[in-house]
Amino acid sequence: MKNSILAINNLKVFPSNNSRLKLVKNISLNLKKGKTLCIVGESGSGKSLTALSVMQLLSSQLSMSGSIIFEGVNLVNLTKEEIRKRRGKDIAMIFQEPMTSLNPVLTIGYQIEEAIIVHGNFLKSELNKRVEELLTIVGIPKDRINSYPDELSGGQRQRVMIAMAISCSPKLLIADEPTTALDVTVQAQILNLLNDLKLKFEMTMLFITHDFGVVEDIADDVAVMYQGKIVEQGKVVNVLKKPKHPYTKALLDCVPDPHGKKDLNPIDYSALKRAME
Amino acid sequence: MKILLEAKNLSKEYVKTTGFFSRTSTSIKALDNLSINIKKGITLAVVGESGSGKSTLAKSLIRLVEIDKGSITFKKRNMRTISGVELKATRKNIQMIFQDPYASLNPRMKIINIMEEPLKIHDIGNFKTQYSKILSMVKRVGLEEEDLLKYPHQFSGGQRQRIGIARALILEPELVICDEPVSALDVSVQAQIIQLLKSLQKEFGLTYLFITHDLRIVRHIADEVIVMKDGKLIEQGKTDIIFRSPKTKYTKELLASIPGNLLKRK
Repeated sequence: MKNSILAINNLKVFPSNNSRLKLVKNISLNLKKGKTLCIVGESGSGKSLTALSVMQLLSSQLSMSGSIIFEGVNLVNLTKEEIRKRRGKDIAMIFQEPMTSLNPVLTIGYQIEEAIIVHGNFLKSELNKRVEELLTIVGIPKDRINSYPDELSGGQRQRVMIAMAISCSPKLLIADEPTTALDVTVQAQILNLLNDLKLKFEMTMLFITHDFGVVEDIADDVAVMYQGKIVEQGKVVNVLKKPKHPYTKALLDCVPDPHGKKDLNPIDYSALKRAME
Repeated sequence: MKILLEAKNLSKEYVKTTGFFSRTSTSIKALDNLSINIKKGITLAVVGESGSGKSTLAKSLIRLVEIDKGSITFKKRNMRTISGVELKATRKNIQMIFQDPYASLNPRMKIINIMEEPLKIHDIGNFKTQYSKILSMVKRVGLEEEDLLKYPHQFSGGQRQRIGIARALILEPELVICDEPVSALDVSVQAQIIQLLKSLQKEFGLTYLFITHDLRIVRHIADEVIVMKDGKLIEQGKTDIIFRSPKTKYTKELLASIPGNLLKRK
């Protein structure tokens, strides 16, 4: 595809000592340039493993097969040094728990600066200006540059993580449940920020979540994962309004709707298994 | 409707000392002259962002946090002055379910011991009746008899929350305080736990004080809502009415941040 930036083909992830047990079972995904693709699924469905595979950050106890083509280059074939150069620069990632991703004994200014020094080409004299600029972009007052992570709220910490992630203008941003640990109001702010940044910097986003409400807010395309497989994918309106697969329907039935009109239906896994056969 | 618990003018201030020799102190008002009534048999939801004081409110009602000012009356007993046997009996009647099912179960105790402990503390029944009571409660929340001999780490998050619920209900309380019981769970598990809480409410005639920041869940479970911000009560009323016509700017803002609404708002 012409406007594809990332193509995952036949990705399988399995424990290194047991290749028959597949955690991610032969999935293929295509990310279009400038669009947001959401992967939705329950815990254990393999969505985070898929994201980590793209970054080549899988635990050493896990192996993968298949290809991950980013801008025409198969990331799987790159050496450790080559992939390290791309991480952060071309592909950046933000995680669910901003507090565990930030170093508690360094100021946020220092940590953002570090991200720029490692990957970017900035003169030393310009560094400080660039850090301040990034803080402004993500909506943190410039004078917080010397604050430590514990002096910030959860939402602000996630903003710092976003500032670090976008510091080298990545083409692809992978966000693994970045708002799950946040309050609804803060979640709405962060989602708005990510949407704005995506448009402003023409970023492509791979966004992982278990919340269909968040999908509706942020996604262009959506892929639903269940037990390591993609059971349905397509444009967000189609999947949300006209779900085809029984699992997508069941998962949508679990989401409390804001109008309280429909009843909550927990997934009946045995009925689902029958429906899928 | 009968009022089960009445709290009047609750105030609680946390003082934080900072600086050299702790000479400067700042204080945060976690509860600021807040009054609520909990009617028997309903679900009252408390919503607000983190730091709004909703957990302090919950804890102050069972005196896990001592308030600075105000009065709390539960079934005509003054919660602030009772002590000893009376306090113990009242606490049996008010139980709590916590957010983090990983942190609220002792990892070194088997489920049977976790369930037994409240019965022993309150001296209810003998060994035999205790066991049958535990068994029927554990089955009621969807676990099996063989699960009684397992340790908490052998269960999933949803199952652990079921254990937390069973432990709270084994004492047959009238009021159950649920402090974000489903916030740490996946949507599918969340739906299971909410349905379970709803059916238990019907069966045992429970009253819930349900603390959450997710308004979608409020809509599903609550009869009445109070909205809190900075320790103050911003708005209260019937769930339908608050959702349909919120009066304050803050409640409107909260409702607008419900996921799935973002694009429609723009």
